[in-house]
Amino acid sequence: MSRFWRWVADHWVMAVGILVLGYLFLPIVFVFLLSLNRPTNRLSYDLSDDWTLDYWLHPFGTAGLGEALRLSIGIALLATLVAVVLGTLMAFAMARHRFRGRGAANVLIFLPMATPEVVMGSSLLALFVTLQVPLGFWTVVVAHIMFCLSFVVVTVKARLAGLDPHLQEAAMDLYATEWATFRKVTLPLVMPGIAAAALLSLSLSFDDFIITNFNSGTSVTFPMFVWGSAQRGIPREVNVVGTAVFLVAFVIVALVQLRSRRQAKALRAAA
Amino acid sequence: MTALIGTASGGAAPGTPPEAAPVARNRRRWSPYLLLLPGGLWLLLFFVLPSVQLAGTSLYDRSGSLETGYQQGFAFSNYLDAIQAYWPHLLRSAVYAGIATVICLVIGYPLAYAIAQKAGRWRNLMLVCVIAPFFTTFLVRTLAWKSILSDNGALVEFLRGLPLIGDDFRLLATPAAVICGLVYNFLPFMVLPLYASLERLDGRLLEASRDLYATPVQTFRKVTLPLSMPGVVAGTLLTFIPAAGDYINAELLGTPNQYMIGNVIDSSFLVRLDYPLAAALSFLLMATILIMVFAYVRRAGSEEVV
Repeated sequence: MSRFWRWVADHWVMAVGILVLGYLFLPIVFVFLLSLNRPTNRLSYDLSDDWTLDYWLHPFGTAGLGEALRLSIGIALLATLVAVVLGTLMAFAMARHRFRGRGAANVLIFLPMATPEVVMGSSLLALFVTLQVPLGFWTVVVAHIMFCLSFVVVTVKARLAGLDPHLQEAAMDLYATEWATFRKVTLPLVMPGIAAAALLSLSLSFDDFIITNFNSGTSVTFPMFVWGSAQRGIPREVNVVGTAVFLVAFVIVALVQLRSRRQAKALRAAA
Repeated sequence: MTALIGTASGGAAPGTPPEAAPVARNRRRWSPYLLLLPGGLWLLLFFVLPSVQLAGTSLYDRSGSLETGYQQGFAFSNYLDAIQAYWPHLLRSAVYAGIATVICLVIGYPLAYAIAQKAGRWRNLMLVCVIAPFFTTFLVRTLAWKSILSDNGALVEFLRGLPLIGDDFRLLATPAAVICGLVYNFLPFMVLPLYASLERLDGRLLEASRDLYATPVQTFRKVTLPLSMPGVVAGTLLTFIPAAGDYINAELLGTPNQYMIGNVIDSSFLVRLDYPLAAALSFLLMATILIMVFAYVRRAGSEEVV
């Protein structure tokens, strides 16, 4: 009996942890189940007894879903590209330099992350309306770059802070020019940070609803499509897309993990 | 994944710039400003400027309208009107977000601890599982909760079968459903910073505490918890702030009786087109959050968050 309690004492934290993970996974399981299930009526969210593969075979059978998905991907790619370039430059300034106004810059970068989306979205809308900028694709891109930027800076900066400055000194000692040092030493070392920032920014942009809702005018991104159809009953194809996006992202992350583990192993073998 | 952890914890790391090389000093002096210029300009134009303008809008004379134009004034009465009309929503936002944050901390801490100290070779897999919800669109997974909590769903049916729970028991369209959605959606923001600070925890300190005959509870209270305090502070902030401004969970899982301040801001801007009132509400939300954050950070005694 006392062995039993010992075991419980040793493992209850893990058990609770796994239960909490189950809580996090429950809705994902439901999204998958819903994608295989024909609802009894359009407005129902309940699982019926009618299981089907139809939605997986014709994921774009619902009007507007394909276009919305394409628009979301386009916006995410464009916003990520700009945010990563601007954010990486800022991260270099913040991590590598001491200068006047560094504190102010820090606050400027931190504030968007601490502001509720509804405030950022509404204030941008008010600005666009005042300036009479027509709402649509470009206003959404501008907004997405704005809120992705801070996350990029913080991610790349964390990577830069962990780098050994001696590596660059060594390169300079070996007569590498500043540019060559940057290209051959610094950039490859920072690359994982930049890649992580890009992935984060892609998912933030693709997923955003609140800020987009304020600034999209008549453009319909994928989250906007889901929101719009919630009133008329969600087409179950949405769950197919949800599951598919989940699987793609999961595979990408798993591959990245595997590669970094293999690299670590190779390094250890070489040492 | 490192990205998210970096977001949560890296913000505080000051980073030590290497000493400037004596060569090209003049160029070095300008380079940080040049590097900051494009991104900083973007944030000034599309974050700071709109915020300032919003402050102006919140003081407009409300007798105007979007078509006829507003008169810039100093109508501080907008704020009074906003509080008078919507104080229940403000209060509800603070309460719901507060409860959700506490639940996140209570269930997130064991998870973060398990990953950081107990998971061993499963650590990376468990971390990926924590961020897995991010891979499914926010709205789609919140809608999935509608199915899970539904009156005809297995969960409610099971609970109704328990003693002491009546047959008219329901989850959907109650405060519990909204809070459940908030906890679910923002839990990763709690777990990741907690994990980052618990991962750095030196196992030898725990051993030392045990060797000195501390009970597990004492070890936790005197060693583990104080050392993980930066993670606790960062996690509560990262959970509370978005939860207080959220309105998706209230809209999808609740009824108008559960609407939070975000719902009101959204409809004032997009449906009622009452910009001055909506702007005043936005600022009240920001002020509420900032006050709570500052009070909290001072209590927790950590300056490295901001």
